Amino acid sequence: MTKSMKILRPAIMCFLVMTIVCGVIYTAAVTGIAQLIFPGQANGSIITVTLKDGTQKDYGSALIAQEFTSAEYMIGRPMGTTNLSPVSEEQKALVDERTDWLHTLDPDNTADIPMVLVTASGSGVDPNITPDAAEYQVARLARERGVSGDDVRAIISKYTTDRFLGIFGEPAVNVLKVNLALDGLL
Amino acid sequence: MNMIILQDIAYFVLLVGLSIPLGIYMYKVMDGQKVFLSRAVAPVENGIYKIMGVKGNEEMSAKKYALSALVFSAVGLFFVWLIQMLQGVLPFNPASIEGTSWHLAFNTAASFVSNTNWQAYSGEAGLSYLTQFLGLTVQNFVSAATGIAVLFALIRGFILRQKATIGSFWTDLTRITLYVLIPLSFVLALVLVSQGVVQTFAPYREVAMLESRAAQTIPLGPAASQIAIKQLGTNGGGFFGVNSAFPLENATTLSNLLECLSLLLIPAALCVSFGKAVKDSKQGKSIYIAMMILFVAALGITTISEQYRGPVFEGIVTSGSMEGKEVIHGIGASSLWATATTAVSNGSVNSMHDSFTPLGGMIPMFLMQLGEIVFGGVGSGLYGMIAFVLLTVFIAGLMVGRTPEYLGKKVEPYDMKMVCLIVLAPLMCTLLSTAAAVMVPEVDSWLTNSGAHGFSEILYAFSSMGNNNGSAFAGFNANTVFTNVVGGIIMLLARFIPMAAAIFLAGNMSKKKAVAVSEGTLSTTNTMFVGLLIGVILIVGALSFLPALALGPIADYFTMR
Repeated sequence: MTKSMKILRPAIMCFLVMTIVCGVIYTAAVTGIAQLIFPGQANGSIITVTLKDGTQKDYGSALIAQEFTSAEYMIGRPMGTTNLSPVSEEQKALVDERTDWLHTLDPDNTADIPMVLVTASGSGVDPNITPDAAEYQVARLARERGVSGDDVRAIISKYTTDRFLGIFGEPAVNVLKVNLALDGLL
Repeated sequence: MNMIILQDIAYFVLLVGLSIPLGIYMYKVMDGQKVFLSRAVAPVENGIYKIMGVKGNEEMSAKKYALSALVFSAVGLFFVWLIQMLQGVLPFNPASIEGTSWHLAFNTAASFVSNTNWQAYSGEAGLSYLTQFLGLTVQNFVSAATGIAVLFALIRGFILRQKATIGSFWTDLTRITLYVLIPLSFVLALVLVSQGVVQTFAPYREVAMLESRAAQTIPLGPAASQIAIKQLGTNGGGFFGVNSAFPLENATTLSNLLECLSLLLIPAALCVSFGKAVKDSKQGKSIYIAMMILFVAALGITTISEQYRGPVFEGIVTSGSMEGKEVIHGIGASSLWATATTAVSNGSVNSMHDSFTPLGGMIPMFLMQLGEIVFGGVGSGLYGMIAFVLLTVFIAGLMVGRTPEYLGKKVEPYDMKMVCLIVLAPLMCTLLSTAAAVMVPEVDSWLTNSGAHGFSEILYAFSSMGNNNGSAFAGFNANTVFTNVVGGIIMLLARFIPMAAAIFLAGNMSKKKAVAVSEGTLSTTNTMFVGLLIGVILIVGALSFLPALALGPIADYFTMR
């Protein structure tokens, strides 16, 4: 027992020192510098729009998906995380339901639906869809908004990010930014 | 598929390229040599020794080293347990989150102290900012540093001759934290913030959504600082509930690349440090190669299964299994991460493993069940792997009838007992706790999926805790008294039994004199040995887990639509 007590003192002191160094000083230093150099990103990448009357309004985070359900908006991925096995009956039923809904939204479109529009993401708030899932919606958006397909494509391409260095990750279209642009807000 | 292969190759080039200089640097730090940070850090280091009341050059026996590591971890366990239950009345709690239950607090404390980072809570809903940065961030650092410290104690056991000591735990812990973990985390955290990972003490933000005008809460917090060390220190506990799948935890393709590289960086670099330290780089290289072969094979199976064995729906473009995966990561970066995070005992995720295809989800499970030695946890992975090397040397020795030896030290009965503890403790923890869990009457109500996939959820959970990984088939409802308590205990056993065994193994090795290399010495650096080592690892893993895997993912595969 006396031996353990001899070790207890440095153990507690070591723990306290590490708590101050790694918990307080390190966290404070990163926060301070982050707030100084990257205030937008550090605070959630909030999209703030200056309206015509000069007031500023927040429209959400560029990195967090919002739910869109009407035909005049670009539709993103289903919200929420399911954790279902992709080959289960429950998953098939959900996919069928989403497929039917997309067909009611745009009855003229008979093309095959891109996978990401009927499968939920890992975060449940994936802000992006694939470029082919965006292209699938171009004709509908153009019709609903009364603009040409190329106008819609120009907006989509403006808010598409490529692979990092052309190698890492996948190209992606930010749904919220496209919809803000369609509304003339961005 | 070509883009995926190109991405994987580029990843490996970066990984190997970065691991070599870092490995040499870590060796120098742990050897007490001067490095480029010495001028700035040395005064701080000496100040810390003074506060702790220890000498920087103290030499400890194995018993004292082990006791120091255990008592230090126990202090951390107690503190993290307490801070969670009291968080409701403590500051830095803008979302007014209540204290947690005693069993959840115990589970989380055991989880972070044991470098597992299994999470039965969801960060944004369950923990205050204070608990996160003062409790968990600290354990992210020190549990990682403890693992690396013990590895170097074991390495000293092989280098030292006829000594009774293996270095000082306090010095090892302090040097790793100050010279390696904090500088790397600091740089990584800032780059992550530049990509959109949040870092603030401001409260959660309420915004109105564009179409519905309904309110949406954007969770915030001092996340990037914790995420950096969570990736580098093979911790894996996300700041937010869905971990690095959450865009505010992993925002872009660049942040994903950096977080994914950080997963493997230190465990891979330690192979290089090991070779340097034993003055025979080939010894480190052969272990590095054996790990790499197992890793590449696992990556191949997972990626192919996710890309080509996903579901086929009528009227839907077939493009790989995207359920539970983010668009920016796709099949390639999600499969790479899933393999890396389970090969290493990290356990962070950028996609939901529960929604992987049956075989794509089996590989991460099997990598954990191998005992977290394919790179494995920082420090713990390599000391686990060295146990397998000794086992291989021992088996080879039996086959040819010679006394087994490794790095000039004879391997004797005491050493093999310690090796057995290191190899068998996690394995027993996993199997026994899985068996106990399936006998709980209400276990069905904890599952999201049914049938074979439901059993996979249980097996995955206890494989993860029993091998200090921390990832999950997240459909498993982990916040129950049974899972919190049993899981907490097995996380501690699976961490500290092998750790203590490795320290006593080091102590025993250190006492021995070196034997000269002769013609009869089994080479541990040639291709044949690498093959033999891989064989032993796979046989132990397969014999232990094939029956359980047959009931879970394999049955799932054969019964899928």
